[in-house]
Amino acid sequence: MSADSDIVALSAASAAAAVTTGELEAGAVFEAYRSRAAADPLNAFVWVAEDVGANRAGGALGGVPVAVKDLFCTEGVPSQSGSRILAGYRPPYSATVVERIAAAGGPLLGKTNQDEFAMGSSTENSAFGPTRNPWDDSRVPGGSSGGSAAAVAARLAPWAIGTDTGGSIRQPAALCGIVGLKPTYGAVSRYGMIAFASSLDQAGPLTRDVTDAALLFSVMTGARDPLDSTSLDYPGSVELPARRDLRGVRLGVPVELTGEGIEPGVLASFEAALDIARELGASVEPCALPHAGHALAAYYVLAPAEASSNLARFDGVRYGYRASGADDLLSMYTRTRHDGFGDEVKRRIMLGTYALSSGYYDAFYGRAQRVRTKISKDFSAAFEHFDFIVTPTAPGVAFPLGAKTADPLAMYLNDFCTVPMSLAGIPAISIPSGLAASPDGDRQLPVGFQFAAAPFCEAAMLDAAFALEQAIGFDGSAAALEV
Amino acid sequence: MSIDSGEVRHVARLARLELSEEEVERMAGELAGVLRHIATIGELDLDGVEPTSHVVSVENALRPDVPRPCLPRERALESAPEVADDGFAVPSPQA
Repeated sequence: MSADSDIVALSAASAAAAVTTGELEAGAVFEAYRSRAAADPLNAFVWVAEDVGANRAGGALGGVPVAVKDLFCTEGVPSQSGSRILAGYRPPYSATVVERIAAAGGPLLGKTNQDEFAMGSSTENSAFGPTRNPWDDSRVPGGSSGGSAAAVAARLAPWAIGTDTGGSIRQPAALCGIVGLKPTYGAVSRYGMIAFASSLDQAGPLTRDVTDAALLFSVMTGARDPLDSTSLDYPGSVELPARRDLRGVRLGVPVELTGEGIEPGVLASFEAALDIARELGASVEPCALPHAGHALAAYYVLAPAEASSNLARFDGVRYGYRASGADDLLSMYTRTRHDGFGDEVKRRIMLGTYALSSGYYDAFYGRAQRVRTKISKDFSAAFEHFDFIVTPTAPGVAFPLGAKTADPLAMYLNDFCTVPMSLAGIPAISIPSGLAASPDGDRQLPVGFQFAAAPFCEAAMLDAAFALEQAIGFDGSAAALEV
Repeated sequence: MSIDSGEVRHVARLARLELSEEEVERMAGELAGVLRHIATIGELDLDGVEPTSHVVSVENALRPDVPRPCLPRERALESAPEVADDGFAVPSPQA
């Protein structure tokens, strides 16, 4: 086995296993993907490695290279979080998660495109221009980790990492027909991630299948990172999933997230997956998350509020872009931020600053924090009766480029089914449940099925997702591009 | 829920963000739409509900207090837009 097409046909875990047994050379795997990533026809990559670097061979990842979302700091390698305001920035250090992946034998393949500072659901808000969906290049890949999702779906990368604040791993995974895991808040270090909303941001894998997600996640988590005071010692270990049935598994279907606003094709695919889950032995019952319908409103107070604070550091002094021609300090700040930030980032900064400003704090930020408590309690109550909460990942299939850029609220509604889990800090995974017709009827596009679990129950959730994935038998190879 | 252009200018000043007149008007319209959606959290009865600022309880996350070298000055300065006298150079606060 040596032809690039044979290598690229393997899942990342299979490629890693083949390297370990000596069937494959790690260098051949790296080069097969490096040449594909360099030819990227989707604008999924913003930077591609020229060589394997100082990475050691061996380790659990077997030298199979990893595509990394732009917002992870990578020493000496461009890290702009999709923003003009960080133009030319090459950090003097790497994110902990990038270091852990490298130490486990996962060299850096390249940096992937994203919505600026992870604010968006389509990867159209990028200083590098939009990424395209490999299933239909007139459509978005979702976002904000759209470059990572498109690269994995198109087989320009064996696997990738992204970040999820309100759905930014799960929603692009759904729209690109791949697997995306958002871990429990605190399971993965945030050190070296260019921050969006610190109480919500969490890194996770975007992969071709559930097994790859488990393998990549297993090296991202582990011991608490002394450099991230919110990271935690992960209880237990993450093994490769093996479960083939769902006997005794109780699935709860929240009525609040499976009704109005979900495209009929998406609902049909979701229902069909529930039927398969029943055939595998699961029980499927409706459940209540009474405050889930208010999650999006609370999220769009809390996340912009945190963002407005985190993004105060971009002032043209220490790194990145500085507007020229300002002759006093304040003008230098305000013009740098005017020219350096894109429209969506400016909206979020304004929204967050407004919500935190004198006279509005209690009505917006204080209330939103209380809604967050209610949502956490809704999930805790549901997990007394159910093992997993299941929903469609996104309310629709991939939409055409430009379709939602003029209406911020329409774009935000993409996160309707994913934001509640983010506010509660619980783990969730999206797996492909099949294809559905686009609302205009002319395309068959991937649909995502979301499992959510109680905190630190990733292992059981990966097992259940694996069982359903095997029974569904989704074939994503149609998105593999000839390059 | 609405936000007028005066409030937009005030918030932009707080956020150290320059906005043109055209951008102020557009921002006012866009924010008003989002704020109308956000205002739906006003419908909920939240009396006596504790706020959540962080979902996991972490107390005193300390690391060993071991001296180590800090980032060398030249590395800290190598990404700076402008450097003077071994420091970050900025325009004068007074115009």
